Amino acid sequence: MSLFRRIRSSLSHTWSLYRSDFRNMDATQIFLLILLTLLSVFMLLPLVFIFNHAFKPLHELFLFPPTFFVKQGTWQNFIDLLNASQDTFLPVTRFILNSVIVTVLATVGMVILGALCAYPLSKHPFPGRKVIFGVILLSIMIAVETMGIPRYIVVKNLGIMNTYWGHVLPILALPVGVFLLKQFMDQVPNELMEAAKLDGASEWQIFMRIMIPIVTPAMATITILSFQTAWGNSETSALFMQNDAMKTLPFYVESLTSNLANSVARQGVAAAASLIMFIPNLIIFLLSQRKVIQTMAHSGIK
Amino acid sequence: MSNEVPPVIQQPLSVDRPRLSEKFGCRLSHLKQEVWKFRLSYLFVAPFLIVFTLFVIVPVITGIGLSFTYFNSIEFPKWAGWMNYQNLFSQDVIFLKHVVPNSFKFALFVGPIGYVLAFVLAWLIAQLPSTIRVWYALAMYAPSLTGGIAMVVVWQVMFTGDRTGYINSFLLKWGFIDQPVLFTIDKDYLMIIMIIVSIWSSMGLGFLAILAGILNVDKQLYEAARIDGIRSRLQEIWYITIPMMKPQMLFAAVMAIVGTLKAGGIGTQLSGMNPTPDYSGQLFMNHIDDFGFTRLELGYASAVSIVLLIVTILLSRFLWMLLGPKEDE
Repeated sequence: MSLFRRIRSSLSHTWSLYRSDFRNMDATQIFLLILLTLLSVFMLLPLVFIFNHAFKPLHELFLFPPTFFVKQGTWQNFIDLLNASQDTFLPVTRFILNSVIVTVLATVGMVILGALCAYPLSKHPFPGRKVIFGVILLSIMIAVETMGIPRYIVVKNLGIMNTYWGHVLPILALPVGVFLLKQFMDQVPNELMEAAKLDGASEWQIFMRIMIPIVTPAMATITILSFQTAWGNSETSALFMQNDAMKTLPFYVESLTSNLANSVARQGVAAAASLIMFIPNLIIFLLSQRKVIQTMAHSGIK
Repeated sequence: MSNEVPPVIQQPLSVDRPRLSEKFGCRLSHLKQEVWKFRLSYLFVAPFLIVFTLFVIVPVITGIGLSFTYFNSIEFPKWAGWMNYQNLFSQDVIFLKHVVPNSFKFALFVGPIGYVLAFVLAWLIAQLPSTIRVWYALAMYAPSLTGGIAMVVVWQVMFTGDRTGYINSFLLKWGFIDQPVLFTIDKDYLMIIMIIVSIWSSMGLGFLAILAGILNVDKQLYEAARIDGIRSRLQEIWYITIPMMKPQMLFAAVMAIVGTLKAGGIGTQLSGMNPTPDYSGQLFMNHIDDFGFTRLELGYASAVSIVLLIVTILLSRFLWMLLGPKEDE
């Protein structure tokens, strides 16, 4: 009961905040609000569309004139997606499972490696750190995607083709992540660490007990970034996986949607698959959007 | 900075610094000591650096090496000198006639328009009260969350070539056209559609950086400026907001450049073919894929990707000069 009351009071508190904000707006702000609302609707239109499309029954998908909103919603497209097998006789659940495994491993790996690397770069004046940071900064400017061929050669020589390692390792180094974390850590006062050192804390303890809690917002941002990178990554499937059972969901969606414009079949299924691709991204971003904005304030290249 | 006294503790070795001849050896042992002192730091950096070296640095170096060879993925690469580059800039008609102009056009529209739009939108959103601000930021950012692949479905259906396509149906209804247009496979429309779709989904990390940068500017500066005679909002933006958030602007600019130049999937995804119809949507990346994975001329494809790499870095450097920290800052 008390929990319910607490939720209600916090809700009414938020609502009163909104109300006072709306009341205090001047004419320009109201004009802006209307303008931005229209723009947002325009930006979100395709997303709303995909939600509707995924739930449309077959006869609504190819209606003329086409309708935007779904009339009789159905799960049929999702059921078809589960039953659909490409030329491979593999159920889509296999690709989803692969994607989940790869995404979890890669996201955790990217965040840990990024934080470990950013900490000394920010706080230890070790020889060579300027060079390392310079190279990382430079690598933000290049698109790794263009290096597909040499990366293929590296992966082949490491013998990790057709394994989960072949999915995870190539995307594990996220230079933008290290960069953002390092910029964020630069704001943490050195005195804090020196005090801890005087109290006898080891370097590892300082990192775990002081640094990580302070940079949580940045960690949340990197988590989103890593998740997006890993979840939407179809490159490793296309290049390094010959075994179809090792391919991931984005690759499957890509093969579903290729040449969709001129073939009518599978539109609903493709929409359903796209929705499955999009939802996790949205949820993760919604959960941590405030922290993202907080982090991006330190994103500047100085 | 210059008149601060350098910390004394850091240079215990400089007390008995020997003559010039021995200076180098001393430096080396000093460096050794320093490296040993920070061995833990290297341990922290190592995991990232190993992966980074394996999958970023080694591929780039291999790519540079391969670009000077003839390599068909079966035989051992044969040394070809500057041959690939010579062919690229003198004989490759597709590259010169389609890929370069297309990429140029695409980057010129998507890059600057996306960047300016990101700034304008971020500034407008920053003027709203903080409680509602978040929702508008999310609305702008959401398209970039979809990450390309998922959205192809939407755009393909929107631009479907017969009358059941949404855009076609709309235009037919209002009498702009009398026959459905084959948007995504018509060479006259593909490029425009690619540009629209890319701009729509370009409000990503760079946009968030700009928004955060604007929100971070000290409010007192605006008040001080008002006293100093700044009148309009535009003057405020030009004299205070932009100079105060130059670092974020630079970050966003770099992200915009990289995002535009590495885009390439979009044309193939929309039209469903590589090469795109009449090469109308052919960008750098498509050219690389075409030669690398369809024709298996890996050496040549590497040369194209090295050219792309150099273009990206040069452009980033150029922006760095424009927006980066100056000597006196």
